[in-house]
Parts: sequence; C-alpha cells; structure tokens
Amino acid sequence: METLLQQIINGLTTGSVYAVVALGYTMVYGVIQLINFAHGEVVMIGAMVAFGVITGLAGSGLPASMIVAAGVLAAVPACMAIGYSLERVAYRPLRHAPRLAPLITAIGMSIILQHVALLIWGRNPLAFPQIIANPTVSIGLAEISAVQIAIILLSFLMMGGLSWFVYRTRFGIAMRATAENVQVAGLMGINADRVIAATFVIGAALGAVAGVMFGTYYGIAHYTMGFTLGLKAFSAAVLGGIGNLPGAMVGGLLLGLVEALGTGYIGDLTNLCQWPVVDAWLGERCADGAHFILFGSNYQDVFAFVMLILVLVFRPSGLLGERVSERA
Amino acid sequence: MNHLRIPGAVVAVAAALAMIGCGKKEEPKPVAPAAAPAPAAPEVITVKIGSVAPLTGGIAHLGKDNENGVRLAIDEANAEGMKIGGKAVKFEVMSEDDQADPKVGNTVAQKLVDAKVAGVVGHLNSGTTIPASAIYNQAGIPMISGSATNPALTEQGFKTVFRVVGRDDQQGPAVANYLLTQKKPKVAAVIDDATAYGEGLANEVEKTLKAAGVQVLPREKGTDKTVDWKAVLTKIKAKKPDVVFYGGMDATGGPLLKQARELKIGSVFSFGDGACTDKMAELAGEAAEGLICSQAGIPVQAAGKRFLEGYKAKFNIDPILYSPFTYDAAKMLVAAMQKADSADPAKYLPALAALDYNGASGNVQFDAKGDRKDAEMTVFTLKGGKITPLAIIKGGKSLTLDEYAALMPPAPAPAAAPAAAPAPGK
Repeated sequence: METLLQQIINGLTTGSVYAVVALGYTMVYGVIQLINFAHGEVVMIGAMVAFGVITGLAGSGLPASMIVAAGVLAAVPACMAIGYSLERVAYRPLRHAPRLAPLITAIGMSIILQHVALLIWGRNPLAFPQIIANPTVSIGLAEISAVQIAIILLSFLMMGGLSWFVYRTRFGIAMRATAENVQVAGLMGINADRVIAATFVIGAALGAVAGVMFGTYYGIAHYTMGFTLGLKAFSAAVLGGIGNLPGAMVGGLLLGLVEALGTGYIGDLTNLCQWPVVDAWLGERCADGAHFILFGSNYQDVFAFVMLILVLVFRPSGLLGERVSERA
Repeated sequence: MNHLRIPGAVVAVAAALAMIGCGKKEEPKPVAPAAAPAPAAPEVITVKIGSVAPLTGGIAHLGKDNENGVRLAIDEANAEGMKIGGKAVKFEVMSEDDQADPKVGNTVAQKLVDAKVAGVVGHLNSGTTIPASAIYNQAGIPMISGSATNPALTEQGFKTVFRVVGRDDQQGPAVANYLLTQKKPKVAAVIDDATAYGEGLANEVEKTLKAAGVQVLPREKGTDKTVDWKAVLTKIKAKKPDVVFYGGMDATGGPLLKQARELKIGSVFSFGDGACTDKMAELAGEAAEGLICSQAGIPVQAAGKRFLEGYKAKFNIDPILYSPFTYDAAKMLVAAMQKADSADPAKYLPALAALDYNGASGNVQFDAKGDRKDAEMTVFTLKGGKITPLAIIKGGKSLTLDEYAALMPPAPAPAAAPAAAPAPGK
C-alpha cells in the first residue's frame, strides 16, 4: 500500500490532461452532436508547435518559464486556427447532411493532420529540451514534481475558467441556447455559425495547452501521439456523459486514476502463483519463486476501454449524463 | 451509441490503408541488368559482389556506412591484383537499396541473383535479411550479413548464410554478466516492451541473472508505444531493485529513464542495443547519465588500424557502426575465392565456411550454423551525453578497450579514435 499515494498522484496528473482534452470533445458534441475525431490531432499539433518554439528558444538565455510560456502562446493560436478551419472546411458544409457524413470527414481530417505533421516534423520521436529544472517534493512516501503540480493546477484553472465562461457569460448563454435548439436560438437573434465556430476554437485552445502539458511531462512528442490520447479522452467524455462539461472533467480524472491504479496493481492481483490452490495446480510453473502473471502492466491502455464498456452497459448516458437536457 | 462502432472500425481500416499507401513506393525499374560486363581482354574476368542496405529513409546513414565498408574492401582487393585460375580478376560492387523494407529487400535480392553476383554482403536489418536469405540460398549464392543480429537468420539451416556479428541471444547474457560482476545486484527488475525483440532480450537477461542467484522481480511490461511508465516504476520502486533492465527501443526507453529519476529511483539502469544510442541523452536529459547498455559487435574505434585509416582516406568521414563488419565480410568472400581458386559459388562456398580470417573486427571463423564463433559484445555507458564503450566481452571474458586492442591479431589499433556515434543496431 506504500505505493498507493504515488499511484494516485500519477493518476491525477494524466487524468487532468485527459480531462482537458475531453472538454474539447464534449463541448463540440454538446453543441452540434458531432464527434470531432480530429481533436486528438489538434492536441498533437499543439505539442509539435510548442516543441518548435521551445527548441528554438532553448539556447537564447531566457528564463525557462518564459520559454515554455512562449511555447504555449504559439501553440494556442495555431491550434485555434486549425480548429476554426476544421469547422469551416470539414463540418459546416455538412451540417445538414446525414450524421455519418461529418463523422467520416472528421476521420479524414484526423488522417490529413497526422500526415501533415509527419511531413513537417518527421517520423522520429522528438525530444522536448529539458530546460525546466524539475524539483520533486516528497510527501510521505510519494514524490510529486513541479511539472506535475503545474499540470494539475493549470488543468483545474482551465476547467474552472471554462465553467465560468459557459455558465456565467452572455456568450455562454448563447452557447447553451444553441446546444438546446439551433433553430430557436437563431430566432432569438443568436448567430449560430459564430457560436459553433467559437466552440471549436475554444476546444482547440484547451487542446493546445493539453498538448504542451503532455509534451513537457513525458519529454517526448510524436506525430501519432494524438491517436491514443484522443481515443482515451473521448472515452473519458463518454464516461462522464458526452455533452456534459462536469462529466468530462470527472470522467478524465477517473480514467487517469483507474489507469494508474490498474497498471500498478493488476500484475500483483493476477499473479496466479500467490494463490495456494492454483500454485499446486500449476506445479513447476510456479516452482522456485517463478511468477505466472495473467495480465501484465502492458494492459495499461485497456483499462480506459474496459471501463468505458462497463459504464455504457450499466449507465448508457454516462456517469453525469442526465436526461440530455443540460448540454454545454 | 451504435453508430459510434462504425467509425472505430473505419479509423482502423483507414489508418491501415494510409500506412500501406505510405510504405509502397512505386519505382518501376528497368528489368535489364545495370551494366553488361564489358568484354575486355580475354584474360581479365569480372566478378560481381552484391551489397545491400537501406540507402534511403531513416537509417540511410547506417546503410551508406555498410556500403562504404564493402567498397573499401573491394578497392583494396582490386589494387592487390588477384588471379583466379591464372586469369586476372576485377571485382565490381553492385550496390542495391532495400529501403529497410522486406518487400523491396526481396526484389533487389532477386535482381542480384539474376545479375549472377558471386556473393552478397548484406542486408542491414534482420527483418530484410531473413526473407532475402531464402532467395540467395535457393540460388546457391553465399551471403554474409555484417549487422543482422536476430538469431532466426542462421537457425533456418541454410548452408550459404553467414554473419560476422553476434546474435541477440549472446547479447543478453553478455550485458547481464557485466551487471553481475560490476554491480553485484541482489534484486533486479526486468521490463520489456512486449515485442519479439524486447521480450526476447529481456528473457535472456533474466535467465542469466536468475542463474547467478539474483532475485528477479515479476516481469513488468509496456508496449512499443508506451510513454507513461510512472505506474510501473512506482511499483518497482517499492521493491528497491539494485538494477533495472529494459528490453525496448530508445523512443520508449528515454521517457522510462526520465520518469524513474523523477521518482527518485536510484537503481542502475541497463538497456539493450535498441536503446543504446546518443539519442538517449536527448530523450532523457541528465537522467541518461550512467546508463549501461550493450551492442552486438565491437565499437568502431576498436577496429583494425588499416581499416580505420583506409576508410578515412577514401571517404573523408569516420566509420559509423557496422562498416568494419561489412568490410570483413567482403574481404572474406574474396579470400575464399582465392583459396578455392574459383569465383563459382558452389566451388568457393566450402572454403568460405572453413575460413580462418583476421580482419578489421578481429579473428573471424564460422560455426556450423554460419554464426561467428566467439562473437564480441560491447557494453557502453552514457557519459557526457555520448555513449562510451566500457568493456568488450569476448568468450565470456570482459576486456577493456586497450586489452582488446592488444589482442587484435594485426597491428595494434589506436587507443582512442574517432568520436563516431554508434547508432541502434537492428
């Protein structure tokens, strides 16, 4: 149990990145009922742009925090532009088409963005320069690094900011009205096109920050990194109830925790040699302190999807997805 | 949610199609042989030697290095003016690009067979060498690889297939023995990336450590795309291992090392050749310092002096990784032809199998399978951002660079030479 606290910290860190990415999926779904499958790629582009800026400035002698901030400041507008163009080029012309059509263009855009990144940044993994001194603080038996603290704080700040924006501002009201009924919102004088475009842009901006956080945390960026990250964040959004803002946050954090704890303990729990009955039956496979592990820690990526299936079986609308009326 | 199931499948299919689309490069080459041998004076015969390596793509620099080794050897052989059956011989290198792609590898192998080469040096990657070896074997053409380390290559029972580097199942025990003698671990953790390479290597390391009485923790696994190792490392940290071995590539090993140091794990970390590159310093930063890793073969700077100087003079760059081995491979083909007094593969093959040759990478003899007897392994450490050779392991003994140089059959090698950066050996 001495590792429990550390695993929770690990889980919270990845969970808050998932949550921020999940917000992008859930906002778009809330407003136009479209799964924007290219969102993971937007996150990847964010990490790549920040990589370029941070590498370029790494030798300039500026303080490390300024360089990272410059990376974020470059990534956010770049991703906002991509988010806007995605909506304009791939989704707006298909808004009244059958639902499957924009889904296919979403997948198409995802592949296009991936290959554009491949052309620009190449197929080798890119190493983020290690410019931030990353001191770790010991809490009891666990270690938490400055970057982890920054990621968790920044994520909660962004989630809070978005909630304030959606529930407390006039534009937020317009967003919620559009989500409820595009036609009626239009009759009330809301420019639906603008609201929908803004939803994409805000989601992309959050994604850009998530991409930078992911890159600095693991120190690595790759043109395929958006795929798994996007899929997990999408699971987190569905888990919490897609279209529901608090749901995406809870879903993301929960997913991160389940993943860390699952990866940390599944090997011990499924080590068959520890159960006397099985031990006797397996005989020499367990002899001499050998281990017979049914599921190892390489099942890390499976937890997200196992949990998704379980939630969908028992609560088809997600954990917080009540009635469908309250969409962001 | 039913409609959501379709896109998932579509993503997979579309992604697969996209990948196929990328991998396939249409290059309709004329079928005609590159150059018909000029019907020169009747007493000069031309003997073609094939050289295959990836000359385009991500590891093109390593492929070019392999080709350079062959060219240097053949130039030297031509300068010596050999005679076979009383006639002067002119050797000619036929260099082909396999793009590190098994499909292309088979195509160029067939092309070399059709051009009736007398022998082949190549390929570079195990993945291209193994399928191509069947084509050479069927045509009866001897093939020597200077860099393919996968054990499966020589386990096929082909009589014409040889290699002058060590095998992966010699590398695991070598690095494990180094850890045992130098670090004297009591508890060890072994992690792998669940690929054939990573798991195979990790198994060999675990076997050797266990045999020496080291307590090995239950195996932890990631995948070849895992970047989040924190959960696994947290678990390992609680067991306080003295050494941690990871079988995998540098793209996953870098984050692993970095995260381990963030969690303040003080163990000695050790990786195989897939993560034994200078890139580790970039991927893991300061955390990479002190990493211990292994490669099949000898470090280039320990190669024979004649080779090092000849290479530098001819190409005006330093050798990178496997060129001493491809150089020796080409020289051995020539030596076997001379011994058998024939360039006919069927006639000189027995001479090649029995050859006892002193080359740039030391003494080479083949065993019954076509593997190199007593192949060397090298253990490196990462120091100041560069991987630096620590010890060369030969015949179960660990030698320093100087001790190895003293053992070299020809003139002693220079003590410390080019800071050539070894790269991943696949």
